[in-house]
Amino acid sequence: MSYSVKLQAFEGPLDLLLHLIKKAEIDIYDIPIADITRQYLDYIEIMKTLNLDVAGEFLLMAATLLHIKSRMLLPVSEEVDQEEEDPRADLVKQLLEYQNIKEAAFSLDKRDMLDRDVFVRKAFPEESDAEEQQQGVDLEGVTLFDLIEAFKKVIAELPEEAAHEVFAERISMSDKISFILETLSTEDNISFYDLLKGGRSRPEVIVTFLAILELIKLKMIKIHQAAACGPILVYKAVNEEAVVSDQ
Amino acid sequence: MKETKDDLKAIIEALILASEKPLSIDRMKEIIEEASMQDIVQCISLLQEEYREDRGFYLSEVAEGYQFRTRPRYAPYLQKLYKIKAPKFSQPALETLAIIAYRQPITRAEVEELRGVDAGGVIKNLLDKKLIKILGKKDVPGRPMIYGTAREFLEAFGLKDLKSLPTLKDLAELGERKEPAQAELVFEGNTEGTGEETDA
Repeated sequence: MSYSVKLQAFEGPLDLLLHLIKKAEIDIYDIPIADITRQYLDYIEIMKTLNLDVAGEFLLMAATLLHIKSRMLLPVSEEVDQEEEDPRADLVKQLLEYQNIKEAAFSLDKRDMLDRDVFVRKAFPEESDAEEQQQGVDLEGVTLFDLIEAFKKVIAELPEEAAHEVFAERISMSDKISFILETLSTEDNISFYDLLKGGRSRPEVIVTFLAILELIKLKMIKIHQAAACGPILVYKAVNEEAVVSDQ
Repeated sequence: MKETKDDLKAIIEALILASEKPLSIDRMKEIIEEASMQDIVQCISLLQEEYREDRGFYLSEVAEGYQFRTRPRYAPYLQKLYKIKAPKFSQPALETLAIIAYRQPITRAEVEELRGVDAGGVIKNLLDKKLIKILGKKDVPGRPMIYGTAREFLEAFGLKDLKSLPTLKDLAELGERKEPAQAELVFEGNTEGTGEETDA
């Protein structure tokens, strides 16, 4: 048996599986697992020989297929009622869902797309056109070096500022405060260092620190350091009178 | 300012033409205070009628507003005018967009589960193109970001609103579907015969 395999760029294991199913004209609800598994593994073999990176997802799917295959080889026990789930059910569901998505993507692509099929008035291209005619500059004759030169100039004139977009993570101090108090209600103490290290991002660490300061101000926790360079420990304040101590 | 219906129609025409983005009826009403909502709606449909066939552009209802758009059949000329190659969405980008459009709000992990592959790069790309946006964070451990389509998505694909996306069911009906074969186990092993299968 030989498969004439044209290697397409498959997006992922589901894409490959759907392709195999379509090619073999198989009913998606009744996939001959052994057959498909073999074809699937052949594909992966080819990808490997072509030195393509076989992503982990492909291998995971291979394992899933083999698992389903092995389950299907097991005889159905008589005791278990007929309603027992087909081992392929999950995979079929996943494939159908993916097929839906592909259809949705296809229908999106078929729409009259802006700047491909339909156009709207724009200020920019008009202006550049006019400029082009006036100065007789052939825009297409600009070399890469010209562009780099221009770019360098623009960059030099820019005020120094980080240009990347930062999405602020919303971490509320009250969340942190209740987290600390909650931890202290079960633990006798917790190390200051551990509390801060629990933060996943810089803002979170800062908020945690602010929360600790706030709690000290409210006299709800106490901070102790046994030795000069020893660990700083956070305790719950026993009563309102408790004095916040040390640094 | 007392305006006749013809004036009103012309004003609306002017506003839509000069507006950079699709112009909503609400915004039109804000601008033309004296006109009634009903009159505006009526004028729009008159305009749509006028720009129906023999014109190079038409009045499109898109992204909850109105915009003049060139007819798709003249696209090759417009592409030349703008000296651009038609933007082509890659398959991953289209699929990811479709998932986000239909399943929003959705996390990256959920997108990846549906497509079976990593989606980080594609999502970043779609964010850069402003086709999708971050809606917030999901209230589950790790607080992952949740994504949804942006207004630009509607504009890019000429959609009136999200509701005008064809339903997945409609799409499914385009492809033939069969009822699931339930509780009917087919044993490959029996038909396969000898251990010819390639096992990993």
